[in-house]
Amino acid sequence: MISFSRLRIGAKPSLVVACILLGLAACPALAGMAIEEVETSSGIKAWLVQDYSLPIVTTRFAFRGGRTQDPSGKEGIVNLITELLDEGAGNLDSDAFQERLDDAGAEMLFEAGPDAVYGYMRVLAARKDEAFQLLRLAIEQPRFDQQPVDRLRAQIVSSILARAKDPETAAQFAWMRAIYGDHPYSRREEGTVQTLAAVTTSDLKAVHERIFARGNLTIAVVGAIDPGTLKRDLDRIFGGLPAGPSLTPVVDAVPKLGRAIRVAYDLPQTQLSLAYPGIPRKDPQFFAANLMNQILGGGAFTSRLWNEVREKRGLAYGIYSTLENIDHASALVIGTGTRPDRAAETLSLIRAEVRRMSEEGVSEDELTAAKKKLIGGYAIENLNSSSAVAQTLVQIQLEDRGIDYVERRKQLIQAVTVEDVRAVAKRLLSADPTVMTVGPSLKGTNR
Amino acid sequence: MTSAMAADESPLREAEVANFMLGNGMEVVVIPDHRAPIVTQMIWYKVGNADEPPGKSGIAHFLEHLMFKGTKKHPSGEFSAKIAEIGGEENAFTGSDYTAYHQTVTPESLKTIMEFEADRMRHLVLTDAVIVPERDVILEERRWRVENSPEQLLEEEMQATLYQNHPYRIPTIGWMHEMEQLNREDALKFYDRYYAPNNAILVVAGDVDAGRVRRLADETFGTLPRGPDLPARVRPQEPEQNTKRIVALTDPRVTVPSFQKSWVTTSYGTAEQGEAEALDILSEILGGGTRSRIYQELVVKQAIASSGGAYFNGRSLDPSSFTVFGSPRGEAKIEEVEDAIDAEIRKIIEFGITDVELEKAKNRFVRSIIFARDSQSGMAGIYGAALATGDTAHDVEAWPLRIRAVKAAEVQAAARKYLSPDRSVAGYLLPRESATSGDKSR
Repeated sequence: MISFSRLRIGAKPSLVVACILLGLAACPALAGMAIEEVETSSGIKAWLVQDYSLPIVTTRFAFRGGRTQDPSGKEGIVNLITELLDEGAGNLDSDAFQERLDDAGAEMLFEAGPDAVYGYMRVLAARKDEAFQLLRLAIEQPRFDQQPVDRLRAQIVSSILARAKDPETAAQFAWMRAIYGDHPYSRREEGTVQTLAAVTTSDLKAVHERIFARGNLTIAVVGAIDPGTLKRDLDRIFGGLPAGPSLTPVVDAVPKLGRAIRVAYDLPQTQLSLAYPGIPRKDPQFFAANLMNQILGGGAFTSRLWNEVREKRGLAYGIYSTLENIDHASALVIGTGTRPDRAAETLSLIRAEVRRMSEEGVSEDELTAAKKKLIGGYAIENLNSSSAVAQTLVQIQLEDRGIDYVERRKQLIQAVTVEDVRAVAKRLLSADPTVMTVGPSLKGTNR
Repeated sequence: MTSAMAADESPLREAEVANFMLGNGMEVVVIPDHRAPIVTQMIWYKVGNADEPPGKSGIAHFLEHLMFKGTKKHPSGEFSAKIAEIGGEENAFTGSDYTAYHQTVTPESLKTIMEFEADRMRHLVLTDAVIVPERDVILEERRWRVENSPEQLLEEEMQATLYQNHPYRIPTIGWMHEMEQLNREDALKFYDRYYAPNNAILVVAGDVDAGRVRRLADETFGTLPRGPDLPARVRPQEPEQNTKRIVALTDPRVTVPSFQKSWVTTSYGTAEQGEAEALDILSEILGGGTRSRIYQELVVKQAIASSGGAYFNGRSLDPSSFTVFGSPRGEAKIEEVEDAIDAEIRKIIEFGITDVELEKAKNRFVRSIIFARDSQSGMAGIYGAALATGDTAHDVEAWPLRIRAVKAAEVQAAARKYLSPDRSVAGYLLPRESATSGDKSR
């Protein structure tokens, strides 16, 4: 049976397409877990957390260079490649490959993010050799046979067509175009019917060769495996890849603000999205911004927006603010959905809270509570399964934060003052946002 | 199979899971897991939307929201603020058979959250000042979750048609016209009747041992008085299902049609020994993922569907349901997809399954149970849902062995008994071909 919850946090719409990783700064408090770096003789590095309490091994990895590597006119190709890696490799056709994978008792998954291609394998420790062999084939020697290519392409086209009149999809594209213009980030992640039709087997092979290399690879492993065995396995899985990738450079994107986008649909609810300037992960004010966001709308059941819009007035089921960060763009996004006849009121409440934050900043008590949440919550959000731990360790490496980052992160958060938050609030929230409304038109406002 | 393998296949070894009762009748389950310094508390009340009084649909879920509105000791927002301050996570959910509240925190904070949870079990304070805006919140939730989505609207109508008498036909969130009328008195009546230690199950999973949980539970929940004994949960049962019904929804937001078909079946809560397990295996072989018959035949070989599969949710107190689904690809018509799925069902009813298929399906199923052990809150959820729907902790531990025991003939028998074409409900989600489709302003 379907169950209904107080708030389904995972269901927020996302501005910058779904990063498979957490939007907030990924910084673990890995208390009780020792991360060690292993390096093989051929120079492949991985972060390992040994854990023998369950008979499983979880591996996550990323190749830098995600969907931004789609050639112009062939958008959707990187996503299609990730769908095809387990559809035949080496001397195994699609059916034989999938049967072997199933017999090996392994889960294998690939996903194309905006800036990286992510991989995942979970396997019973006793069966890992066969599974790793299949993983090697999938990464190194995918076949891209015509039959699975046609099938997967047709499935993706079906899903594109299925959403052709879906307001949420239409809104997402309007939003991306308004914010990112012609930058690769504004492209549709799975491509379009036309661009997918243009993709040939040799295109797939060429793009695969450009991205899958040792030089842009990041790996984390958690589970019942020792460093010596892992080194041997890493060489087996990844050792045959070319040394360096050949990636197309991506320029930084500056989100376009001050725009009004209206997507008119006859719907029972009006969705509101607001985009303000964001802050890069390496910016000195990043943690102050993080704490400010937490207080504004990031702390799910305790934030100012939550209290004003939902708790006091019952205007929405959910409301959030979030710092979106991808490699070449950042934004602060606020979103909610409300009844059409009160959407204008909701929008002005949001604007008033943003103004109050940019003008007055936060109190000492609010800041102390937000610090506790950001520091204490890390383990709970990121260490609740082997897969979550591995994912976190990959992200820390992708962000180039260093293996000692955990402790530094705590100190960086502790060091933020009320003045720091006030300064960053002014910097981000004084801007005129881009505002999108999806649904019936707003009454009582010029937006 | 060796005994070592059998032990490895259990969700957890029986000796590791503690299961006991407090003096006031509250059941406790402890699942130690020391991999990370995290502990999850879940409290499950054995009441859900199928237990609501007639005309009060949505009251179970509404009360779930109201449980966050505070007590005399801890005013509204204090519990959530406390959780946030200690860096924890929390949420709650309502189903047809249960309502659950959960928090994940560091082990030092376990006592604090147990105190808060015990306090609101008996001492909730409700005023119209909190009732009115929160009722608006659940109305927005319904608009957002259900009315914004053609898929969800069809799902709701499918349930309402599939169950002719059982309250599983009523949506968990409630019908809009009834939700609008829910009030303080309804909420308090429901709370007073069902929120008591002897109608609750406490599940604690994580970096903690059974001794500490028992001590803390005695000091917190254990001090609450036992509530009146509740009568057995006897809900109106289904009459004989003897018709073939069709539900069709056309919507301007739909471009590619989709098809599903459901049957009322037994569940783990009601089954004769082995039948629910056979249905689990049947759903795996017929439509569980890319190695299944429906996927291989419709998506890979015939290339008429872009998706297709089957699922069975056996975890319910009363009879559950089995569903197959598919969506056409390219030039194929929805009727071809339906016919092809029907043909796959017919093949199993007439010719059964192979031993190789059976073995592989069992392996996949049991492996997924082992992988589930990797998630602390996931494990707490498995135990909570099982216990709230009439199973025991022992049943959960024996689950892999019971799956292993399923025979090919039993899978065929389950298909023949339950998946009859003459008493099914088919659902179609269809495009609306009209001038009003697509964008339009109000």
